[in-house]
Amino acid sequence: MQEASVIPSGAEALLSVQHLTMRFGGLVAIDDVSFAAGNGEITAIIGPNGAGKTTVFNCLTGFYSPSVGRLALRREGRDFLLERMEGYRIAQKAGVARTFQNIRLFPQMSVLENLLVAQHNVLMRASGMTVLGLLGFASYRRAEQAAIDKARYWLDQVGLTENADIDAGNLPYGAQRKLEIARAMCTEPALLCLDEPAAGLNPTESLELNELLLFIRNQHKIGILLIEHDMSVVMEISDHIIVLDYGRKISDGTPAHVRNDPAVIRAYLGEDEDDQLPPEVVADLAMDKGGDAPAS
Amino acid sequence: MAVETSDRPAPSSGPDLAPILKDAGVTALIAGALTIPLFGFRLVSLGTGQGIGLEQRWGLVAISVLAVFVGRIALTVWLERRRTGRRSAASEGWSLKRYARPLLSGTAYVVAGMAFCWPWLPFVDRWLLDLAILVLTYVMLGWGLNIVVGLAGLLDLGYVAFYAVGAYSYALLALNFDLSFWQCLPLAGAFAAFFGIVLGFPVLRLRGDYLAIVTLGFGEIIRIILLNWYDVTKGPDGLSGIPRPSFFGLPFKRNPPDGVTSFHQFFGLEYAPIQRIIFLYYVILVLALITNFFTLRIRKLPVGRAWEALREDEIACRSLGINARNTKLTAFSIGAMFAGFGGSFFATRQGFISPESFTFIESAIILAIVVLGGMGSQLGVVLAAVFLLGMTEFFRELEHFRMLAFGAGMVAIMVWRPRGLLAHREPTVRLNGPPGADYGRRSP
Repeated sequence: MQEASVIPSGAEALLSVQHLTMRFGGLVAIDDVSFAAGNGEITAIIGPNGAGKTTVFNCLTGFYSPSVGRLALRREGRDFLLERMEGYRIAQKAGVARTFQNIRLFPQMSVLENLLVAQHNVLMRASGMTVLGLLGFASYRRAEQAAIDKARYWLDQVGLTENADIDAGNLPYGAQRKLEIARAMCTEPALLCLDEPAAGLNPTESLELNELLLFIRNQHKIGILLIEHDMSVVMEISDHIIVLDYGRKISDGTPAHVRNDPAVIRAYLGEDEDDQLPPEVVADLAMDKGGDAPAS
Repeated sequence: MAVETSDRPAPSSGPDLAPILKDAGVTALIAGALTIPLFGFRLVSLGTGQGIGLEQRWGLVAISVLAVFVGRIALTVWLERRRTGRRSAASEGWSLKRYARPLLSGTAYVVAGMAFCWPWLPFVDRWLLDLAILVLTYVMLGWGLNIVVGLAGLLDLGYVAFYAVGAYSYALLALNFDLSFWQCLPLAGAFAAFFGIVLGFPVLRLRGDYLAIVTLGFGEIIRIILLNWYDVTKGPDGLSGIPRPSFFGLPFKRNPPDGVTSFHQFFGLEYAPIQRIIFLYYVILVLALITNFFTLRIRKLPVGRAWEALREDEIACRSLGINARNTKLTAFSIGAMFAGFGGSFFATRQGFISPESFTFIESAIILAIVVLGGMGSQLGVVLAAVFLLGMTEFFRELEHFRMLAFGAGMVAIMVWRPRGLLAHREPTVRLNGPPGADYGRRSP
């Protein structure tokens, strides 16, 4: 199990997941999965539907507390054990930001407000837990201006500056996806978890997404954990791929390694039925057909 | 007709007259045919023993036919206007939105100006002044509840409990410890906020309907405690003789006790009971305006934005590192605090309180004001309070049926404006300046 958590590029580990198991009653959604994600790398988690990818995310971001396992995140020399932290603290202290498979924006708030809500904790401190803000202190106004500047920076990156003042719910679908990423980035995360960011995007938008993710990785040097079905996105930009199937890790390595791994091909394309049947059954079938004695 | 109007550039020149007149004429003919036998003749007794005769009432027939004729024209013109109006409104939608902000703030200033001058307007008598105090009390409660329901999206059906806590806090402190209204006011607010936190702490993890039911239960619990804790609250007898507020130490009394100068003596005025009412009016006006300014300001602060974000999506808030429980708790306790202020004002105005005043229907009316006004809209709360309370007062002669008018008013608002009177939400901060010519949905 030791070599299972190796990062192929040899980068410093940002997140290391050890023996993660998540049971819902009798159903084992994740079964003893271990992996590591490097700092400044894009790590993709792929697998067929129902493989447990989103469950891994929900454990990482505190929406579920795992049955077994350790989720350690190393940020600025400090280790955070995510499985022991309350959901909102994981985002606040450990710096894990996420997006959702079905977009979760604040639809009736403006695009800019969405990005300011993401900077809540910084602004809350600057507003002196509201008191200084109520009194209109200049220090709060400066902090708010800084927050707006940061929001503008991310709006420029995702190309939504023009639409900053309209309701987020009125944006087209692709723009909402980008806004959700911008919102997550406004929390200044150490690890950005993206749950199927390319779902429902057209090829052009998909390409823009690739560029945005590469930009985030290269310019902001944070780790990105990515769940994605769109192989053009995954193979193009990932540094490291982890393949899950039925809650187990079946492959782990560089894109080139994973692409040629027979276990992965089997999981995605299915396998020959004969291979899967136990030898006795194969023998019985042969008896029924011809009546001759089975060969071995 | 439809073709003609659609070709016309603007609906300013009215619809074609001839078909309308023809249509109205036909309707009038039918009305005539119906009303001649119905209204035109009447059996009258010609006097004892002389049998009966027919009275002919052509005047009545003429009036009804004319009424139908005019009414039909009005109806057609109105329908036509609405049809063409819809079309032009659709094309002018954005420009209408552009004027929404100046229009709203203009209305707000007019309403505020009216409120300041109200006691001095010539037509305002004692009854209208009392009504205005009542309306302002509900406006203040509505603004307080607006923080909880409109901004934070927590459906609170027991808001009146905090109102009761405020009222009883003031009454008990004033009666037992001889504290003045101005000393009690912050204490009453603090007590109510404390109750808000006590209730909110275990309850706020519930969502939507579940929260509504628990708060409903809490409202009833408070009322039943007030009803049964006879030693302290005097139960159903209520607390009477609650001190009236003084004008910074000057009481409103015709014959003040020795050594105390009363308001009219100090200012050298003739004593009049209306002075106290006018003072009360300004007290509640100031309290309400404080609530309003506080809400408007806090909405633009991070905590206010977090409330609105929680209303929109709690899970997303958690993923952004917002402590949902504490944030909800602040909304709940701040809302409760304003209810506490309102409650102590109520106690000092009435001079008598009993659990009767804090039934569920009060919570329902306050919630109705917030919802009908448009959740989160400050001006909407004012309009809805004036509309609902004004209407029930004006229909007072209908006695039992006035609740019917209340219901009809609510249904009417829900039909016209399903999202409340003023559903327009202005962003708390803008990047590209106020909406102007550049204001449009442009895809990136």
